[in-house]
Amino acid sequence: MIKVNNLHKHFGKLEVLSGIDEHIKKGEKVVVIGPSGSGKSTFLRCLNLLETPTDGEIFIDGECITEKGVNVNKIREKMGMVFQQFNLFPHLTILDNITLAPIKVKKMAKPDAEKLAMELLERVGLVDKASAYPAQLSGGQQQRIAIARALAMNPEIMLFDEPTSALDPEMVGEVLAVMKDLADAGMTMVVVTHEMGFAREVASRVLFMDQGVIMEQGTPEELFGNPQNERTKSFLSKVL
Amino acid sequence: MESVTAWFAEVGAWVSDGLYSTFVIDGRWEWFLSGLGNTLLISLFSVLLGMILGLVTALFRLSGSKFLKTVGSIYVDVIRGTPTMVQLLIIYYVIFAPIPIPKMIVGIIAFGINSGAYIAEIVRGGILSVNKGQTEAGRSLGLTGAQTMTFIIIPQAVKNILPALANEFIVLIKETAVIGMVDNLDLVGAAKKVQSRTYDYFWPLISIAVIYYVVIKFLSVLLNRFEASLRKSDIR
Repeated sequence: MIKVNNLHKHFGKLEVLSGIDEHIKKGEKVVVIGPSGSGKSTFLRCLNLLETPTDGEIFIDGECITEKGVNVNKIREKMGMVFQQFNLFPHLTILDNITLAPIKVKKMAKPDAEKLAMELLERVGLVDKASAYPAQLSGGQQQRIAIARALAMNPEIMLFDEPTSALDPEMVGEVLAVMKDLADAGMTMVVVTHEMGFAREVASRVLFMDQGVIMEQGTPEELFGNPQNERTKSFLSKVL
Repeated sequence: MESVTAWFAEVGAWVSDGLYSTFVIDGRWEWFLSGLGNTLLISLFSVLLGMILGLVTALFRLSGSKFLKTVGSIYVDVIRGTPTMVQLLIIYYVIFAPIPIPKMIVGIIAFGINSGAYIAEIVRGGILSVNKGQTEAGRSLGLTGAQTMTFIIIPQAVKNILPALANEFIVLIKETAVIGMVDNLDLVGAAKKVQSRTYDYFWPLISIAVIYYVVIKFLSVLLNRFEASLRKSDIR
């Protein structure tokens, strides 16, 4: 579903990604872990071209998205993204936050979009907040709305960029629960996170990134139980 | 004691004579009234035209096209680098000299072009002040750049820059006084007309100064209240 060949990304002279090869299959839940500055967020953002790769190729469903002249918007429709800072639209109600993209991009009729939005709100347990504004919600609620908003485009892949890092500890659980439901429903997911418990429980595969490359990968049992690489060992000894 | 009373009587007569000849004779108060009306109309329509020009220019300057960027920058640079008076004279006596259209419209065009350059900078700042994450969220949902700008960025920017735009309107009311130098349309024009009849500068000029001050004070107070209410809605 996602195939990445020799991906490089430079910010000026700084090389953030130095050659990533990765193949993510349909229905996989890939969790990316690693120290700050290891390039894991940049890797994720390259997948939907929020960052333009400096070099390398990315294929989504067999289509090369790093070629010149591809319709970036069409590709992004297939991929939902959830951000660390939620990035809900503060001037719109929760309902409008969710319906905006289906109405404007998919040309869905407003009543249909609202019906869909209510179903999604049901799914994340926030039906009663439909007419509220983002600022009236807690961080955890905002992040659940952000997930619902991404799901409204009916994506094939969901990308999560440290979705719980900006949350108070007691709100982390509610967001992870929504993500776990999504995983159980068979969504293809790529999750950058520091939540090792979530990685253990949900991941079908864990990637350990450092210095712009994937140092080691495996099932949670392999990676957490018996890490091979020295860097992985020292990282895990600090976070577990 | 008597001399003091006499002095007051004298001053009183001077003031009432001055006001009488400035405002009452020939119904001159109507000149000030229509002058004030024109001043406000020119300012209002100029600021509206300026908002359109300013938005377009700001989008030019933030666009990816080098050509549009340059066009926007030159416009802002030239307008901000030359006196309003000179711009007005050029538009009045050079560009629109051969075309018979109402002077009022010429004034609105001149001040609109002028304020457009300042508003462009306000709008640009407003757009840049919206968090980058908003653009990313919009684009990640599959919205185009233009859709993201229209439905997500500009609505938020507008709220941020409303006070600055209202302030631009107030500034423009004062700026438009220079139109009185080329035409007797506005408040300054009313003062000039009176002066040409009474040969007295003092009363007409003091009068319009007071009128300008009162109008601007009134609008400033309104603006302050408006800003306070905007802040309140932010707290929620």
